This record gives sequence, structure tokens and C-alpha cells, in this order.
Amino acid sequence: MMGLITRSRVKSPWIVHYCCGGCNGCDIEILACLTPLYDVERFGMLNIGNPKHADILVVTGPVNNRNARVLKTLYDQIPNPKVVMAVGTCASSGGVFHNCYNTLGGIDKVIPVDVYIPGCAVRPEAIIDGVVLALDKLNLKKRTKVG
Amino acid sequence: MPRVTFPFGPQHPVLPEAIQLQLTCEDEKVVEVLPVIGYMHRGIERAAEKNPFPNNVFLCERVCGICSFIHGATYCQVIEKMMDIQIPPRADYLRVFWSELSRMHSHLLWLGLVADSFGFESLFMQCWRARERVLDILEITSGQRVIQSASVVGGVRRDLNVDLISRVREILRMFKQEWDAIIPVLRKDYTIKIRTVGKGVLPHDQAWKLGAVGPTLRGSGWDSDTRSSGYGVYGELEFKAVVESGGDSYARMLCRAREVTASYELVLKVLDSLPSGEISVKVKGFPDGEAVMCTEQPRGEVIYYARGNGTAYLERLKIRTPTFQNIVPLLTMLPGCELADVPVIVLSIDPCIACAER
Repeated sequence: MMGLITRSRVKSPWIVHYCCGGCNGCDIEILACLTPLYDVERFGMLNIGNPKHADILVVTGPVNNRNARVLKTLYDQIPNPKVVMAVGTCASSGGVFHNCYNTLGGIDKVIPVDVYIPGCAVRPEAIIDGVVLALDKLNLKKRTKVG
Repeated sequence: MPRVTFPFGPQHPVLPEAIQLQLTCEDEKVVEVLPVIGYMHRGIERAAEKNPFPNNVFLCERVCGICSFIHGATYCQVIEKMMDIQIPPRADYLRVFWSELSRMHSHLLWLGLVADSFGFESLFMQCWRARERVLDILEITSGQRVIQSASVVGGVRRDLNVDLISRVREILRMFKQEWDAIIPVLRKDYTIKIRTVGKGVLPHDQAWKLGAVGPTLRGSGWDSDTRSSGYGVYGELEFKAVVESGGDSYARMLCRAREVTASYELVLKVLDSLPSGEISVKVKGFPDGEAVMCTEQPRGEVIYYARGNGTAYLERLKIRTPTFQNIVPLLTMLPGCELADVPVIVLSIDPCIACAER
């Protein structure tokens, strides 16, 4: 029974997207991934608004003092096992906003990150690459029951 | 009926970005709205004082990823104004070329998002398919899809050659075919009309009083477009502003849809009348003094103010973005509407929170 649930989760991972203060460039590329030209929905992915239904948390932008708490809450609400994708250079390390006073840097300062996708702004192909990597990690986590 | 207050955001499927609106409702009717901002604030204006002035172009382009080229170009223009640099005419035309393509992709993106907000999924996909054509042009001409970094202080970094121009024209032809199929849907569709006509009305006089800018203002019947002032080479291109008089979400949507066509024509005009010559001049010295530059973004007028002190670092950079202006009119549109219409009305001002909070 568990094997069936694991398999179906890996075949249809639902993503929840949160922008914690980037420039929007990556957010619109994530949306572009969902449209027919790139079509990540062929991996069974669905962009949904409710973290409690999600398996993958997609985060863009450097985390700042105000939304660190929001990000942490979102992460905590996603049921285990879960995978976090940091999309874009500023979500990975702070990027061009590294010396802004209100940013804390990459989102790994607040929550653990599984997949880093560099690029400013990221290309949809890179996001798809990252998604495939995230699916492997999700599969591994399900089998080993970690995280 | 007791009043209920609940949060709309910061994480919400309709909003790609984080802003919170605290809605107070009586039954299904919204009676009060309070915006809670700060989730996207980074402190770009302060960071711009820490970087050498030529590097700020890349920072300013990332104020907002959707209208990024215009942000970068406006920063270059304000520095050029301060330092009295005359850029070559070809660079001016190329800036208009990329600016108008950015406007097309921004408006198409918005049309898709608004269609998605009332559940018109297929229109969302169609708009974004047409948008991919525009992004293809941006990619082959500047090397990047959404953040071009093509503008530098003193001109532009990339040039168009004959092969590239013919390829651009070919993609534009394909774009036009797809766009021509979408326009009748926007004008005639029953679903769109029932969800947008008469929703979020911003009366003619209120729009001006509350300081609305861009399509939000033009949708209420004001002929106000910074491009009409003829900055850059807009004067030579005989630009005419698009004005709609309805004042509701539908008028704002039509205004943006017509602007896509207008921008398409401007891009073709630029390609027809592209002067030959250099694309940039060498910049000597450091900015000293102060300057203000206003340009028209997809969302409205953006104002850049910069003050230099003769060193490589600016003393102050102030950016007033269009969404910041449009949030106040939004607060007068929302009270009195149905709860189900909130996402559509919020989107109708084309909110770009990354811009507004910088």
C-alpha cells in the first residue's frame, strides 16, 4: 500500500510557489514552465495554492526579515516528505541583492534546500532540469522515509 | 451581519508575489481593505549607493523582472542626463525597440494572468503562447529572455544586423497571426465581459485625484502617457497614447490589449527607420549634480531621481514606481465589490509588488 502511495506521489508531485522578495523574473519563468511550450504538467505537476496539498516548495528571491517567518510557516505546513527548490541565483545565495540591507541571503538561511537552480533569471529549461532532480530526491526521501 | 476580517495573501494562488490585503467583509461584500506591505522589500535604493554607478544598471533591472529593460534604460538615461552624455541615435532606437518588446511581453503576461484569475484557462495559455514569440525575439537580439541587460550608461551593448532584423520580422509576423486570433476573444467574449464589465470602477475625476498612472489612468479616460512627451525617440516615431473611457476592469484590459498592438507597430517602425552608426559612446568621469527622468513602463510612469557627488558612487537614487501609485486607487475600487471579484480587481491594476516595494 505504501509503495503505491509513494509511486503515485512521485508521478504527480504538486508544487506550491512562494516568492520571497525577488524581482519576478524567476516567477514568470516558473509560470512559463506551466504553459504548453515547456509543459511541466507532463510530469504530473500541478501548481496549487495550498501548502497542505503540496509535495514540492518552489521558492524564488532572497529571503528578507519580514517574510522569513512566512516562508518557515509554509515549509512547516507541507506534509513530509517534501522537497524544496531554490529557483534563481538570489534564492540560492542572495545574488545581486547580496548587499541590500533587508535581505538575509539565500533561502537556506531559513529552511533546508534540496535543489539549487542557478540563473538570473533562470531559464525554463533549467527549471525543468531542477524539477527532474527534485523528483529523484522526492523518490529517495519516500523510500528512505527521511525528511 | 457581523464583520469578518481575513487576510488575502501574502501567499495566494492569484498573486505571483507577496502582498497582504486585509479584507473586512459583511457577508460576501467587501467593506474595508487594508494593505500590509513589506514582504518584498529589499532595499535596492540603499544598495545602489554602495555599488559603482555603471554596475547599478544590473541592480535597477532587477527592481522588477517583468519591466526590467525599461528600469535599466531609465537608470542609464538619468545618469546620461546628469553627465550630459549624448548617446548615438542608433542606441536610442534600439532602446525603444527593446522597451516596446518588454511592454508587449508584460501586457501579454498580464492578459494571461487575468484570464487565469477568472478561470479562463485556455485564454491564459493562448496569451502566453503569443508571448513566447516576443521572448524569442528578446532572446535572439539580447541573449536573455526576461532580464536583457542590453542597456549600459552611454548606449546599448548589442546591435542588430541584417540577418537578425529579417528573423525578427519573421517572428513578428507569426506573433501577429496569433495575436489577431486573440483580440476578438478579448473584445467579444461573454465570460470576460461578465467578470470585468462594471467591476472595480475608478471614476474619471477620482483617477486623477488619487494619482493613478499608466493603463489604470488611461482606462479612466485620461490621455496621459509619458511617451507622448517624446523622450528618447518617441517624438520621431509619432507615438499616440491609447485611451479607454470605461473606468472599469474591462476598460483597463482593453487599454492594455490595444497597447500591445500599438507597441507592435512601434517595433516595426523602429526596424524600418533604424539609423546606422555607433551603438555606444565612451563614458568619462563621474556623475556630479542631480537629474530626474520619467519614462513610461508597462504599468505607468516611473520616475528616477539620482544625485552624484563626483565620485564613482551615487549619493542618492530614488525610484518612484507605478504600482506604488496605483495601490491607492485600488483601495477605492475594492470596497463594495463581491468577494469573488477581489482577485480580478486586484489584478486589474497590474500589481507588481517587487516594483512597489523595491
